Amino acid sequence: MILIINVSKDRLHDLEFIKPITDLLKKSKVIHYKDLKQKDLDSAEKIIIAGTSLKDDEYLKDLEKFSWIKDYKKPILGICAGMQILALANGSRLKKAKEIGQTEIKILKENKLIKDITKVYSLHQFSVTLPGGFDLLAESSKSIQAIKINNHYGVLFHPEVFNKEVIENFAKHI
Amino acid sequence: MRLASLFSGGKDSTYALYLAKKFDHQIVCLITMDSKNKDSYMFHTPIDKVDEIAKKMNLPLIKFSTAGEKEKELADLKRAIKAAIEKYQVEGIVTGAVASTYQASRIQKICNELDLYCFNPLWQKNQIELLNELVANHFRFKIIKVATDGLDDSWIGRVIDKESLPKLIELSKKYGFNPAFEGGEAETEIVYCPLFKDDSNN
Repeated sequence: MILIINVSKDRLHDLEFIKPITDLLKKSKVIHYKDLKQKDLDSAEKIIIAGTSLKDDEYLKDLEKFSWIKDYKKPILGICAGMQILALANGSRLKKAKEIGQTEIKILKENKLIKDITKVYSLHQFSVTLPGGFDLLAESSKSIQAIKINNHYGVLFHPEVFNKEVIENFAKHI
Repeated sequence: MRLASLFSGGKDSTYALYLAKKFDHQIVCLITMDSKNKDSYMFHTPIDKVDEIAKKMNLPLIKFSTAGEKEKELADLKRAIKAAIEKYQVEGIVTGAVASTYQASRIQKICNELDLYCFNPLWQKNQIELLNELVANHFRFKIIKVATDGLDDSWIGRVIDKESLPKLIELSKKYGFNPAFEGGEAETEIVYCPLFKDDSNN
């Protein structure tokens, strides 16, 4: 089972940022980060931390609720806000980089998650600085677009919109 | 939250509005762009019935005209949204965007510039699931324009409901068109939805 961690402040956003991901997965469970318990982390095989809307930044005020990330041994995929959370939990900082809509990216390092991708769908106001020890997998002209450390991956773009195979790759190959 | 609906009178914008209400948001007005460009990628045409539908839903309508020229139509949409903010203290927008990143990203940019929340509750939704939900929630909508192989003129004026939906899905599979018409294969107009105050189901 893949556990999807919802970071949206408003439930109406679940239909936009969570449902498109659950639709791509065979078996998943969704939980809001405010309700997350240790037993949820223990029972998950993998975790996806989903994105949220441009104006929603409430999760940034609750970063202590993600302190488990650094020591978590199972695979994680952070999407957009989820990548910001993954990076911030590893000592990174936010970096202003607004990108909305189709964005060109360049893959810098071969990896099992993103392959042969040149165009992505972006919806963010901030990227991050590369956290220590992470590999930089992809970038756009403005921002870091994909990062990795061990089996923890982050993508700033929204693969549930374009490049749905990224989520399938995470489910099958990571 | 006080939301304005970007409203075309079609099934998607109406269902998005319905979902926003279901999730406890307050719809304070409808915004409709009357585009003179019938081939606009941004705005649904025609919008002949929006005044009537707004009245049936008992919601105020802000209707702005646009020549429908690429990019200029976005400035016109921004003016319309600003008018909604001033008149109805709107805090966010709800749209019926399903798959068009062209449309969705441009609305996201305008909302970002105006510091508004942007909700797209149908985003990436499976088209057949969407149609089934509409019918299950007692929405009835009429085809008002067709533009694809597989749908001849006899479909114009036809109401999609639980009787006609299976035939539409069958034709979409046979001819390979999008059954929810996301690619402009046809345009629809709401005939009845549970938000109508007069519950005559006409």
